[in-house]
This record gives sequence, C-alpha cells and structure tokens, in this order.
Amino acid sequence: MTHSPTEKLVQMANQIATFFDTQPGDPADGIAKHINEFWEPRMREGLLTHANTTTADLSPSVIKALPRIRRAPQAA
Amino acid sequence: MAGAVGLRDVRYEAVETHFQPRQNGEANPNYIPKDDSNPYFTYDPAKCIVCSRCVRACEEVQGTFALTITGSGFDSRVSAGAAGDDFMTSDCVSCGACVQACPTATLQEKSVIELGTPERSVITTCAYCGVGCSFKAELNGDQLVRMVPYKHGKANRGHSCVKGRFAYGYASHTDRILNPMIRETIDQPWREVSWEEAIGFTATRLRDIQAKHGTHSIGGITSSRCTNEETYLVQKMIRAVFGNNNTDTCARVCHSPTGYGLRTTFGTSAGTQDFDSVEQTDVVIVIGANPTDGHPVFASRLKKRLRQGAKLIVIDPRRIDLVKSAHIAASHHLPLRPGTNVAVLTSIAHVIVTEGLADEDFIRTRCDWAEFADYAEFVSDPRHAPEATELLTGVPAADLRAAARLFATGGNGSIYYGLGVTEHSQGSTTVMAIANLAMMTGNLGRPGVGVNPLRGQNNVQGACDMGSFPHELPGYRHVSDDATRAVFETLWGVTIDAEPGLRIPNMLDAAVEGTFKGLYIQGEDILQSDPDTKHVAAGLAAMDCVIVQDLFLNETANYAHVFLPGSTFLEKDGTFTNAERRINRVRRVMAPRNGYADWEVTMLLANAMGAGWTYTHPAQVMDEIAATTPSFANVSYELLEEKGSVQWPCNETAPEGTPIMHVDGFVRGRGRFITTEYVATEERTGPRFPLLLTTGRILSQYNVGAQTRRTGNVAWHPEDVLEIHPHDAEVRGVKDGDWVRLASRAGETSLRAQLTDRVMPGVVYTTFHHPVTQANVITTDHSDWATNCPEYKVTAVQVSLSNGPSDWQRDYAAQAEQSRRILPAAE
Repeated sequence: MTHSPTEKLVQMANQIATFFDTQPGDPADGIAKHINEFWEPRMREGLLTHANTTTADLSPSVIKALPRIRRAPQAA
Repeated sequence: MAGAVGLRDVRYEAVETHFQPRQNGEANPNYIPKDDSNPYFTYDPAKCIVCSRCVRACEEVQGTFALTITGSGFDSRVSAGAAGDDFMTSDCVSCGACVQACPTATLQEKSVIELGTPERSVITTCAYCGVGCSFKAELNGDQLVRMVPYKHGKANRGHSCVKGRFAYGYASHTDRILNPMIRETIDQPWREVSWEEAIGFTATRLRDIQAKHGTHSIGGITSSRCTNEETYLVQKMIRAVFGNNNTDTCARVCHSPTGYGLRTTFGTSAGTQDFDSVEQTDVVIVIGANPTDGHPVFASRLKKRLRQGAKLIVIDPRRIDLVKSAHIAASHHLPLRPGTNVAVLTSIAHVIVTEGLADEDFIRTRCDWAEFADYAEFVSDPRHAPEATELLTGVPAADLRAAARLFATGGNGSIYYGLGVTEHSQGSTTVMAIANLAMMTGNLGRPGVGVNPLRGQNNVQGACDMGSFPHELPGYRHVSDDATRAVFETLWGVTIDAEPGLRIPNMLDAAVEGTFKGLYIQGEDILQSDPDTKHVAAGLAAMDCVIVQDLFLNETANYAHVFLPGSTFLEKDGTFTNAERRINRVRRVMAPRNGYADWEVTMLLANAMGAGWTYTHPAQVMDEIAATTPSFANVSYELLEEKGSVQWPCNETAPEGTPIMHVDGFVRGRGRFITTEYVATEERTGPRFPLLLTTGRILSQYNVGAQTRRTGNVAWHPEDVLEIHPHDAEVRGVKDGDWVRLASRAGETSLRAQLTDRVMPGVVYTTFHHPVTQANVITTDHSDWATNCPEYKVTAVQVSLSNGPSDWQRDYAAQAEQSRRILPAAE
C-alpha cells in the first residue's frame, strides 16, 4: 500500500495539479510556484529526474510546469 | 470545615449520627457514605449544606447538568445522575467546577485530603489543548497539591476540564526517564550516561553524519507541547547550527492546511477572533470538530451561548454531543460522508449566492469584487446545487439549504473548525472554502463572527509562529525572502539556507531512500501519532542517529539512539500561544526533575555543535523573538506580567495586542476568494474495504495518551474502541464488546467494538490514544495536496470478528519491551 518515494512525488505533483487546474490563469505557473515554494531541492530533483525517464504518470499541467521548476542548487 | 464552623450542626442539628455510621452496628438511616468513585475528588454528604452552588456550576459554567438536588426539606441531597448513580456512573465530566464552587469541602480534591491545604500558588498555563487555560498551581513547598482554574484567565474565565484540572500526575509518574541514555544501535539496551556524555555522543554523531552524507542529511522536529522560546531555539539550532531548513512540527499533521488556507485568503495564518467572541455570536457552524471532547472549556462557553438562544449548525459524520445534549440542540446536523467537506461547503456557498444572500456591501468594500464574481459564477453552476451534491455527500438537500439560509441571515455568523477539516486530501481547499463563506456573508472583523480554527495542542499556534515549518522563518516569512534572512543572518552570524527544507513525511521518505540520516525530536511521538506506522518505523530504522527528547520512553524512542530526558510545563518558564493567538506565561512551579528545562537541553546540544549561545532565561529568547519578528515586536515578559496575556500582532500598531483580526482590512489587503472544486480522495472504498474509518479523540485522553494514560483518566477510557453502527455490526456478526479485526490497505490491528448509532452506516470511528492499538497502522500515506497533512479522517477499511490482539500487535509489544531495556549507569 505504501507508495515509494518517487511514486509519492508523482502523486503529490498530480494532486497539486488538480487544484491549480481549477484556478484562473495558467495552472503550470501555480504548480511550479507551489513546488518551488514548498518542496525541498532533493524532492524537486527527484521529480525532474523521474520525468527524464517518463512523464506517462504525470498530469499534462505538471508536464507543462516541469521547465519552470527550479533545479536543486545543492546535492543532497 | 463544615464541622469547624458549625455548618454541619445547622444542617443536621448537633447529632453526631448524621455524619457517621452508628458504633453499635445498627443501621443509621440518616447516614450517607462518602462517594469516592471519582478518581480525583470525593463527595461527603455529611458536610453538605445544600447550597446548590455545585448544581449551578454544573449547569451554568460547565453546561453538563449532571448534578441536581433530590428530595426536599431536610431530606434534600446533592445527587449526581439518576437514582443509583454515583459520580463516576453519572454524566459528570469531572471538570471540577462543582469542587471549586463548594464552600464546605463536601466536594473536595483527593489530593488536598492527602497532602493538606496548599500554602502558595503560581499562575501558569495548561499544557493540554489549544484553549490555553490559565491555572493557579497550588503547592505545599515544592509539592503540587492541586491545579485550580484562574478566574482572571482570559481564555478560560475561571473554568477547566478534567485534563487541565486533574490530569497532571504524569509529571511525577514512575515511568518518567530522568537520566540521559544512549546506545550504538537500536537493538541494544539503553545505557544510562551523564548529560555530558550524552550530549557529546549526539553532537559527534550528527557531525559525522553531515561529514559523510552532507549538510542536509539531518534535521529536527519542534514540539507543540513545548514553549515558544523552546520551539524558537530548536528551529534556530537547525537553521543556524545544522545549516539547513529541515525543521517541522506536529502542525504538519494537524493544522498546516489552516496556515496555507488562511494565509492565501486573508494574508495571515491564524484564527480571527478571541474566545470571548463566542458570547456575541448568533449562528455557529461547527465543522469537523468535537469541542466537548477536544476543546471542552471552549465548548462550555459555546453551550452557554446556545442556551441563550444562538443557533447551531453541526457538519460532521458523527452525531457529536453538541448535536443534542442537555438544554441544547443543533438547528441542523449535516452528517456528511467523510471526505466530502469541500462539496458541502461549496454547496452552501451555492445556496447563498444563488438565493441572493451574499453580503455585497462587505464584499465590495473588503474583497476583490472581480474575484468574487468569478467565484460566484463557479458556485452557481448547477453541479454545486445541494440537490446535485446530495448523492455524493449524503447530506439531504433541504437540510443543507436551510442551514445555508440560517447562516447567511441569522445575524453574527461564526465558524469553528477542527481536524475534521484539515486532515483530508483537500484540507487546505476546505479551509479556503470556510474563508470564502465568512467573506461572502460579511462575517469578519468584529466580535461574534470569524473563522476560528480550534487548535489541537497547547502551543501548536506558537510552534507555527516561531518558524517551525521548513519553508518559513519566525513570523511566517518565506526562507527565500532575502530581507528576512538578512535579519536573522545578522543576529545569528551565519548564512541561512534560502531553500525550503523537508517536511516530516518527506524526511521519512528521504530516510528510506538513504539521504536523511539524523533526526532530533523534541516532545513528539511520531511513531504513534503519524500515519502509516509501518512506513514511519521504516524511516526511523533507516537513520543513523535518532534523538528523542521526551518525558517518557515513547514509541518513537524504540527507534532512537539517544534519549534526552524532557521537563514538564510545571518545571520551566516560557510562553504558550493558544488558538486565539493569545501569548500566555508559563511559570516554573518546581525545579526540573531531569535537571534541565527543555530549552537548556537544546542549548547544550547546540553549543556542543559550536553555537556559543549564552541564554540564561527564556525572557532573553523572547526578546530575540520580538527583535526579529514584526508581529511580536512589542511582546516582552514585562508586558505579559503587566497585562496577563496579549494576542499577536502585538507591535507598534497594536501595542497591547489584537483580540480580533482584519477589523479595518485584511492583512493581505483585500480578501481573496478561491475556487473550491471538489476532488474525491484517492482513498476509495470497494469490496475488500467497504467501510470508511475516521479517527478522533475523547475528553479524558489526550492525543497519543503519553500523559493522560499515566493519570487517573484511564478510569474513563482504558482502551481504544471501534464505534460501529449496529447495522454494519449485525451483518458481520459483531456484538457489543467483541474483539474485531480492523484492516485497511496499509495494515491491520484488533480492538473491541462498541455498537452505536452515533456513527452512520458505512462509517466506523476510533481514537488513537493507546499504543497497544496503534490506530495509525491502519491510516494511509494520502495527504493534503498543499501541505502533506495526512488524511487521517478517511481510510477504507474492513471489520471482521477477531479472537484478540493481532500478530502484529503481539510482535510490536515484544519489540517495544526489548527496546526499553535499560542498563543503569555504573556507580
């Protein structure tokens, strides 16, 4: 039942998208801003690394937000 | 006392046989024995003058109506409950109001009988829930005799509940660990060591981890049970000494959505009112909260207002006591299916907007009209009509419409909410829906209205204020803000990381992945309190250094390498901030039994890692908070001594604090309406798990029960039970009191069933007070979309008959026993 850390990151990103998809404006802006504001760098890096492998499990808005997510400035 | 002043003779005439059995063995028809059934106080009828003050206290102050006068004339007696009841079997909730009111010691604390009349008192603040009651701790020398609610306390106005009034015995319980302990690995027994060795071991191990795995491989958890000053120092240690922002607090698992939701809509992360405000309210919505159990002193004030005629709307899957109890009844109970809060609140907004009940003047003056117009268009869609959402939520459309009309037109409307709002995958959205409702009905900025999060822990508001979250410095300022970081960097002489840190669930995930290796936990038991216990255990077990600073060897300590003994609220100075943003003094009543207050322990560790701190009193820490945090700028111990307490913001603009927020305008300028689309949780029922489990707590126990389980309160709640509707029980062959197996996709446990129609068919309910049950083995890793607050309130489960504790429970008990072995220090 417990999701793997990467599965959780995907799930969390998609969940964030379900909110911003209903808000005015470009959902990708809201998603990227939220992730940049609240996700620790290794989490952001984990999502971006996963997306390099596949984006099949990511919502369209998350995929659009990926380039706006800040890369980690430090190694974990 | 009654005998000494002659009251007994007045009451019974000077005949000794009225107050004691006859010596010759004959029955004395006038003698009534003492009622010792309550764990904390006695009722001695021989001393009673039938003044009725106790009865009035029970009715007017507490609002329980458990006491009455039976008989008449010389036969009149105070009676608890019905004929044949004693205090323990009656409806008495042991708040102590009757004991306090009794002028003759007919009702008397057992501790006073045992220890004698107290000689001195110290005014301090309760360390249980977020109401933050003021108490007089009354002592003989250093011996605490009793806790008496302080009549000048601005949160409680002289009232108390069974926890704050009586359940302080944990402070002197034999389970308390008073010596530091360490071990190389968690399968070894604990070894008692000196403070110096324990702190040195910890500092070395944490620095070694950082040398090997990087600066960001360690972190800490601040405690919502500890003071503002202690919390401030823990986050300071993490940011300034550990060198990262990996700090979090238990608000993560309770009110973090409140922080996000209210900041987004109003501009600040706090409730809008003081508790006095309830005395001017006309219509109250209580959603996802059970105040008579969770916040009992506030509940008494609410019930008093309801008895005066205010109307009540309860939105909750369970029929909580407020729905109907002595002399109060809710106008509407909307028994929604767990997980559908957003759909219900959006539907209420639909009724208000489409029936023209919104307060246009308030919205045009105080909010962004264009945003409201967008929101009005959204909620007006027929898919949000009560008739459309009824199938989804289970709330009858007519009831919802009536409740919406009442709230919008009934005068001062206030909303009080708890963890039934926040602990959902849409927790933050629900908070924003609540804020929308308050704004659209003009119910903000004056007494009697407002958005009121009922905070769980005594200092969860303060822990959030003090920068415990990984993305915020004290005063809710984001770590990426250069100007804010510069304030602290200048004072602390370090560089502060501009990136957000890990939240608790993220720390555990990172630990499982191998990038997070060390955790300092002050006063929190994440193994028992956080969701998906097996995952928490896996995360803790993967770390190289877990430090638990606590009163007891809690469940988390089973996975710890260092145990640093903590101190109780009676043993230190500081401040707590309650749910109404009120900063109350905590005053040292006795010396720390472990040798150090918690802030001193943190300072020892920080200094062992090179900090060089020189604080000698928490007042100096508060001065630093005031110097760096605008909303606390005017707060000082001198001001608190002078005023008793103040509510932040307390600064140049509001030198004596701010009882009510957003009076002339919102903190963010104009109030912001947010679209609140309902999104179903990913946790779904199905053939394997057809029921929905929701969790909560009860009056006599507190959270993980570490304190209350070590007091007389166990008399009321010795074990967690599963509330199940008789229909659901019958189809499973379950009878009242049977052992049942409770299973979810995450795990399973066993506990006894309690059949009740308090829960609706399809819903079961339990508490998480007892580690032998560990309800969080059942809960999942689903969480709020914005904050990662766990979705405790919705878990798909199955219930079946069981023959006792599960294998997991037996294994866990054996492992815990093994882990708690202690080798005493060498002489």
